[in-house]
Amino acid sequence: MINEKPTLKSSLKAYLYLLPMLVISLTFNIWPIISSFLMSLYTKYNFYTDKVDAMGFDNFVYLWNDPDFHLAVRNTLVFVAGVVPVTVILSLIIALLLNQVKWLSGFFRTVYFLPFVTSTVAIAMVWNWIYHSDYGLMNYFMGLVGLHPINWLTDPHWSLLALIIMSIWKNLGFNIILFLVGLNNIDKGYYQAAEIDGANAWQRFWNVTIPMISPITFLVSVNGVIGSFKVFDQIFALFQGQPGPANADLTIVYYLYQKFYTEYKYPIAAASGVILFFLILLVTLVQLWYSRKHVHY
Amino acid sequence: MAKKISRILLYVIVTLGAITMLIPFLWMVSTSLKTSPETIKIPPVWIPKVLQWHNYVEAFNAAPFARYFINSVIVTVVTTVGQLFTSILAAFAFSRLHFWGKNLLFMLFLGTMMIPGEMLIIPNFVTLSKIGLIDHYGALIVPWLASFFTVFTLRQAFQSTPEQIYYAAKMDGATDWKYLWTVLVPMSKSTITAVTVLSVIGSWNSFMWPLIVTNSENMRTLPVGLQAFTTDAGTQYQLLMAASTFVIIPMVIVYIFLQKYIIAGISKAGLKG
Repeated sequence: MINEKPTLKSSLKAYLYLLPMLVISLTFNIWPIISSFLMSLYTKYNFYTDKVDAMGFDNFVYLWNDPDFHLAVRNTLVFVAGVVPVTVILSLIIALLLNQVKWLSGFFRTVYFLPFVTSTVAIAMVWNWIYHSDYGLMNYFMGLVGLHPINWLTDPHWSLLALIIMSIWKNLGFNIILFLVGLNNIDKGYYQAAEIDGANAWQRFWNVTIPMISPITFLVSVNGVIGSFKVFDQIFALFQGQPGPANADLTIVYYLYQKFYTEYKYPIAAASGVILFFLILLVTLVQLWYSRKHVHY
Repeated sequence: MAKKISRILLYVIVTLGAITMLIPFLWMVSTSLKTSPETIKIPPVWIPKVLQWHNYVEAFNAAPFARYFINSVIVTVVTTVGQLFTSILAAFAFSRLHFWGKNLLFMLFLGTMMIPGEMLIIPNFVTLSKIGLIDHYGALIVPWLASFFTVFTLRQAFQSTPEQIYYAAKMDGATDWKYLWTVLVPMSKSTITAVTVLSVIGSWNSFMWPLIVTNSENMRTLPVGLQAFTTDAGTQYQLLMAASTFVIIPMVIVYIFLQKYIIAGISKAGLKG
C-alpha cells in the first residue's frame, strides 16, 4: 500500500483537496512571478490600459545608468554586511550564555525574543524617539560616557548605522531561539569524550560546539541575508516615509516602492525586483558553496 | 569559588543584555505616561510624577484607531483561518494522497519560496485593480490565503503521524475527509497552533502591502494607521508612544500565552532544511 500508483480517480481527488490553495497561489504567487519577469522587459507600457507595445532590456539599461539605483544597491549591501554578521555572532554568544542559565531561563528567553513579535512600524516609532538628537535616550547615554551627540536620523553619515543598530536589536531574538535549539540537540557524549581526551573548555567550544552548531549558523546566515536584502518597513517608519536623509537609507525595495507607487514606472520597478532576486540568489549560492566545505552535517 | 564567580558573572551579563533588549519597551511605556514637558526633560525621567493615563484615551481618539483596530482584527482572523483551511487540505494531499505531478508540483512550490515577495507586489496590484478590489478587504486578505510555508510545515507534521492509523481508519470505513478532520488535525494540534500563531503575528504586523493597497482612511490597518498618525501627532511623543503601545500590546499578550508553541513552531519550521 505504501507505493501505490496514482490513478485517475486518486489524482482527481487529490486535486480537489489542492484546489483552493492552487487557485490562490496560481493567481497571486505563480503568475505574478512570471508576470514580473515579463514586465521587467516592457519598454512601452501603459499601466492604465495594461497594454504593452514593445519589449527589450531598456529598463535594465535605465537601472544601470541610474545613480539612485546604484545608491540603493550600495546601501542594501552595506546594510546586509552590517546586520548579518553582527546578528549571527551576537546571537550565538547570547544563546551560549542562555544555555548555561537555569534559574529564570524562561524569563530571559521571553525578554530576548520580545522584539520579534512586535510590530516593526510601532517599534520603529520608538526608535525614532530614542534617536532624537536633543531629547533622545541614545545621545543621553552617549553623553554619560563622554561621547558627542549625533544627529542619528538627519545626518546622512549616521542614519544607515541607526537603521542597522535597530535591525540587529529586532532580529537577535529569532536567531537566539534557533541557536538554543541547535545547542540543545548536541549529543552530550561528544563533550564527555572531549573532556576524557583532556580538552579544555575553549578547545571543546572550538572543536565540538562550533562544528556541531554549523548547520544552524548556516541557516541563520541565509535567513538573515534574505531578510535583510528586503528591508523596507523599518526605513519607512524610522524616517517617517522618507528613505533617510539625502537618500542615505534608500534600499532596493525602497527604490522599487518609489518607482512603483510614487512614480508609476511599473516596468522599472519590476526590473529592480528582478535584480533583487538575482542578487539574493547569487549571495545564497555563495553561502551554499561555502557551506559545502565548512558545514558539518 | 571560581565556579561561583563565573555563575554570578553569567547572570550579570545576561541581565545587562536583557535590560538592553527591554529599554525601548520601557522607554515607550514611560514616555506614554508623561506630560508633554516631562518628555523633553534632561536627564530623562523614567517614572513620571503623575501617571498620565489619559494620554491613551487622547491618542486613541486623535485618529480613527478603533476603526484601524477592527480592520486589523478582521484581516488577521480571516487571513489566518483561510490560510489554515487551504493549507490543511493541500498538506493532506501532499502527505497522504497519490496523484500525478505530485513531485513536480511540490518542487514548483518549493521554488516559489525562493522568490522575494516584494517582486509579486506589482503584478498583484495590477490584478487586484482589474477586479476592482483595491481599497477593499479583499485586497488585504485574498493574496495571503495560500502560504506554501504553512503547507510545508503542516505536511511535515502530517507525515510524522503513523501511516497505520490512516489505513486502520479507512478499514473502518472512514472517508479521507473524516480522517483528516477527526484524526489527523487533532493529532497535529501543536504544529497547527504554531503555524497559526506565526500567521497571526505576520498578518497583524504586516505593513508594506496594506500601505500599498489601501487609499482611504477607513481601510487602514493598525500599522498603516499608526504610521499616518505620526504626521498628525508631530512632536507629541507621549501620544505617539501611547499609540505604539496599544499596537504592540495584543501580540505581546498572544506571545506570552503561546510562547512555547511559537518557539516550537520556529524551530520546526526553521530547522526543516
